[in-house]
Amino acid sequence: MTSAGGATVEFRHVSKRYGARERRGGVPGAVNDLSLLIPAGEICVLVGPSGCGKTTSLKMVNRLIEPSSGQVLVDDVDVATIEPTVLRRRIGYVIQQIGLFPHQTIAVNVGTVPRLLGWPAAKVRARSDELLTLIGLDPERVRDRYPAQLSGGERQRVGVARALAAEPPLMLMDEPFGAVDPIVRERLQDEFLRLHRRLRTTVIFVTHDIDEAIKMGDRVAVLQEGGTLAQFAPPAELLTAPANDFVARFVGADRGLKRLSLVRVSEAALTHAATARMGERVGEVRARAAADPHVLLLDERGAPAGWVNLERLRPDERLAARHADPSSPIFDQETRLRDALSLLLASAVQGGVVVDDAGGYVGVLGLDAVTEMLRAPDTLAPA
Amino acid sequence: MTPGEPLIRWDWVQSHLPDIAQRIGEHLLLAGIAVGVGFALSFVASLFIARRPWLYPPVSWVFGVLYTIPSLALFSLLIPFTGLSILTAEIGLVSYTLLILIRNIVGGLRGVPAEVRDAALGMGYTQRQLLFRVELPLALAVIVAGIRVAAVTTIGLTTVTALIGQGGLGFFILEGILFFFSTPLIVGAVLSVVLAILVDGALVAVERRATPWARLGRS
Repeated sequence: MTSAGGATVEFRHVSKRYGARERRGGVPGAVNDLSLLIPAGEICVLVGPSGCGKTTSLKMVNRLIEPSSGQVLVDDVDVATIEPTVLRRRIGYVIQQIGLFPHQTIAVNVGTVPRLLGWPAAKVRARSDELLTLIGLDPERVRDRYPAQLSGGERQRVGVARALAAEPPLMLMDEPFGAVDPIVRERLQDEFLRLHRRLRTTVIFVTHDIDEAIKMGDRVAVLQEGGTLAQFAPPAELLTAPANDFVARFVGADRGLKRLSLVRVSEAALTHAATARMGERVGEVRARAAADPHVLLLDERGAPAGWVNLERLRPDERLAARHADPSSPIFDQETRLRDALSLLLASAVQGGVVVDDAGGYVGVLGLDAVTEMLRAPDTLAPA
Repeated sequence: MTPGEPLIRWDWVQSHLPDIAQRIGEHLLLAGIAVGVGFALSFVASLFIARRPWLYPPVSWVFGVLYTIPSLALFSLLIPFTGLSILTAEIGLVSYTLLILIRNIVGGLRGVPAEVRDAALGMGYTQRQLLFRVELPLALAVIVAGIRVAAVTTIGLTTVTALIGQGGLGFFILEGILFFFSTPLIVGAVLSVVLAILVDGALVAVERRATPWARLGRS
C-alpha cells in the first residue's frame, strides 16, 4: 500500500472557552493557549485526566469544534480556511465507540470516505478488501457482514480500516482502544504500531491512560485540568524528567518501572553463559565450563532447551533433553524489559534466555541487568 | 334486528360481492390518502424539528390537541366550511395520524446513537447526507412502527366517514344500524378489522425487508 506520507500539525495559541450554559450541558473540557508542533509521520498522544481538553483539542483539528482563539494548521494551512466536509474527508477519524454504521455491511462501512469522494464503485470495493486484509480480517468472511456480527476487537479494527480508507495524511484517534478488554487492547495497540511503521501517517491519539500514552506515543502531550499543556516530550523524557508535580503524579510513582516498558531486551546488557550441546559428555563440558556448574543446554538447531546442573550428573553421561530444566523464561529481542522483569519475577529465576528470530541462543538477561536499568535512568536512550 | 332472523345472511353477502369489493376499495383509498398525507406533513415537520429542536414541544402540542377532538365533533365543525366532501373526511383522518407519526419520526431520528452521528460528521458527511444515508435508515424501524399504528387506527376510524357520505366499509355498518339488519353491520365491521390486520402484516413485511441488519444478533 502506498501512503501520501504524514502531514504536520501545529496548534498556535489555541484556546477554547465555554460559557456556563454549555458547561452544564456536559461539553468537553476547555483548552487554554495550547501550542504544539507535531512533526509529520509521528504519533502524538494527548493524555490527561477527564475534562483536560484533550478531546476538544482533537476535534478542533477537523473542525468538529471551532477554537475560541488561535489557529490549527495542517501542513501549514489554517484549517479554518478549509470547507469542513472537505477537510474531514482528508483526515482519518476513529472514536472510542467506533461509530460503525449498523445498517451497512463492513465493506460499505470501510468504503465510506472513498464513496464520499466519488471513487468508482469497483475501486471502493477493491480498496475495502485491501484494507480489511491490511488490518488482519479476511475480506471473504467479513465483507458482507453487519457490524453487529463482529466481535468488539474486530469492530475496532474495522473502525481503523475505515479511517485509513482514503489514505489520509493525518489520523485523529479518540481513545480508539478504550472500549475493549485489556488483552485485546494490547493486541490492537501492537497491530496499530506495526501498521503505523508501514504507513507513516501522522496520528493524534487521545487517551487518559498514561501507560497507553507511553507505549503509543513518539511524543506525549500531558494536559492538566483547565486545558493547560503541562509537558510535551518523548515518553522517556516524560518519565526521567517530569516538568512539574502534576506530570510526576500523573505518570505515577512507578515511573521507573514504566521506563522499563520503553526498553527492549536487545538494548539491555546481556551476559553469556557456558553452553553445551546435546550428546556431549558431562566431563568434557565440565572441563570447559568455569567454576559455575550450571550450563545452558542447546539443541541441534542452537535453540535453548534449559539449564543443566553438571554437579548432579556423572562425568561419563551424555547430555540429553531430559537433563535440562526448562523453567527459565525465554525472551525474543523485541520483548520489553518491563514484561521481561515480570516474567523473571514470576518464574523466580535469576535470568532468562534471549533468542533471535530463528529461536537461536543469543545471551542471558539477568535480573541484575534489569534492576541496573531501574537505578540508572540516565543511561536510557530516548525511545 | 328481527327475531328469528339469522345473525348473518350469506345470500345477502353473495348478492352484494361487487358492492363489498367497491367499499373495500373506497375504504383503502380513504385510509391510504390519510396516512400518506399525514406522513408527508409529519415528515416535513420532523425535518424542521431535527434542525430546530425547540419546535418540537409546540408542534406536538398542536398535534396533540387535534388528536383529542372527537371525530364526530370535528366533522360537524368542518361541514359548514368543506361540506359533506372527501376533503372533510380527510382533514379529520389526517389530523389523527399526525401525533402518532411525528412522535415516531422524531423519536426514531433522536434514537440514532450519538457516536454514529459523530463518526459520520467526522468523516465528512454533510448534514443532508447524514440525514438521508444514516439517520433515516436507522430510524426506519421506529418510523414504520408509527406508520403501522397510524394505519391500523385510521382504517378503524375511516368507518366513521360513512356518516358524512364518504362510503367505505362504514357504509355497511351504517346500513345495518339504520335498517336493524345485522348482516351488513357484521360484514363491515369484520372486513374493517381484517383490512387493518392485513395492512399491519404487510407493513411488518416491508420493514423486515428494509432493515436486514436489525434482526442480527452477535454471532
